Amino acid sequence: MEALAEWGRALYEATGINLTILYDQFDQSRFISGIWMTIYLSIISLFFSVIIGVVGAWAQGSPIKAVRWAINGFIVLFRNTPPLVQIFFFYFGISNLLPYVEDADGMRAPLFTNIQWAIISLSLFAGAFNIEIFRSGIEAVPKSTLEAAEALGYTRLGAYRHIVLPLAIRVCLPALNNNLVNLLKTTSLAYAIAVPELLYASKQIWTDAQNVPTMMVVLLLTYVALVGVLVWAMNAWERSMAVPGYGQGRGR
Amino acid sequence: MSDAMLDREHPAHRPFAVLLPPRERRPLELPRLNTRHVVFFVAVALVVAGSAVAQAPDAPPAAATEALIAAPATPLSVIIKWAPFLLKGFIFNIVISIAAMALGTFFGVLLGLGQISLKGWIRKSSWFVTQFFRNAPWLVLLFFAMFMIPFQFTVFGVTIPLPDWFKAIIGFALPVMANVSELLRGAIRSLPSGQWDAAESLAFPRGKTIRQIILPQCVKRMLPPWMNLYSLITMATVLASIVGVGEMLTLTAQVHAAEGGRAELFAPLYGFAGLCFFAYCWPISKLTQRLERRYNVKT
Repeated sequence: MEALAEWGRALYEATGINLTILYDQFDQSRFISGIWMTIYLSIISLFFSVIIGVVGAWAQGSPIKAVRWAINGFIVLFRNTPPLVQIFFFYFGISNLLPYVEDADGMRAPLFTNIQWAIISLSLFAGAFNIEIFRSGIEAVPKSTLEAAEALGYTRLGAYRHIVLPLAIRVCLPALNNNLVNLLKTTSLAYAIAVPELLYASKQIWTDAQNVPTMMVVLLLTYVALVGVLVWAMNAWERSMAVPGYGQGRGR
Repeated sequence: MSDAMLDREHPAHRPFAVLLPPRERRPLELPRLNTRHVVFFVAVALVVAGSAVAQAPDAPPAAATEALIAAPATPLSVIIKWAPFLLKGFIFNIVISIAAMALGTFFGVLLGLGQISLKGWIRKSSWFVTQFFRNAPWLVLLFFAMFMIPFQFTVFGVTIPLPDWFKAIIGFALPVMANVSELLRGAIRSLPSGQWDAAESLAFPRGKTIRQIILPQCVKRMLPPWMNLYSLITMATVLASIVGVGEMLTLTAQVHAAEGGRAELFAPLYGFAGLCFFAYCWPISKLTQRLERRYNVKT
């Protein structure tokens, strides 16, 4: 750690490339907590978006027409409006319509903080995509497979749990991974409502340290590295889950 | 006229081919409700509900601000009043999206062709550039373009100013370029290799094979995802407001400030912005789905 800081200082002396995140304790902690916030936002939003996707895909097969319409409306509405507008709509619009609560100091505070709103809107945005993905995955499982499971005496739920879902997950993994990568990239929009994630932290750092170009390149590389690691891990997972002769896991 | 009609009833005049009587026109049916209507009603209901909630007075106004909000405009009237102004901003968004798409597609095709180049270093560097710009968040690329591109160029003593919106177009064109490049590579790879072999056996040089045989077939495969990308980039243009380009969301914030910055105006105003984008992007996505179904080429 100390050596890294020394190297950062030497680099600044020698070349003028000012990497404050290497030797400045404060900037470093800001940057690292920014990375963690981005990862945190992604993971929590991913969790909720998958739940929205599963519940939505299940509700889409409901016999009640109104439920199906509501789900379809939700999907088209969230897929066809800008995510930034959604975030603003929730954070500024809905937040003001909700009742206020008293926080620990007895101050009037909004019901949800900006981080929570970011998670809510990102989950809804990604969830709208996940519903479609899961539905197509479940539809891709042949009817005959389900019938065979029933013939073997599986209950309806058992057949879903042991036969349909494992196959469906493998079918929709590529699309799901794609959506996850998108979600990670979309977390940068939380910048607009002052969530201290990676972009926000970097902006603070380059405003303080006056090293816009350097920090910009660092930021870009960090995001590319984050996404790269994610893509690599997801591809490895996809490959390990692939059933020979089923789905297009490896394909061309 | 009526004589002729009667004549035709006579067995001798009856034509050999049996003509079916003209099919009766069915009366126009009432339009069946589908998702489209539901969504429309939901959207309208959201705006109306938002305005209704917002209109409900929650507290008696303080004396100081009483003059300002003596007759507070309802959210609906605010939107109607400012709609032309906001829609002008929306048109600016569309202009940015079209320009970015054109620029990005042009360079994306070049980059995509670079990815199938026979020269190793061109192939590798094109691949790297594609992956790099595909994996970076759009907002970060936009920041990159806004801060790293100088605000004016001087070429041969002539100073060319680069306004903010032009830099924004470049910022959006970068991810479009990378995505188009990847689309093109995928489309080329999905073509049966027999196409290349056949072209070769007909003595087509490589350039001609690509121009006259491969690319025309790729257009069909690329069109649906390309339109999808366009819809995405249109929705992304609102990011330009974060870096200070005066597009629709910037104007929305200005309108909100001009109307006294009342908190209850947020939902209707941003709802209106969302509705505009929805009205523009949703037909595109419908069309994309239809094209996808029609072009569902087996590979």
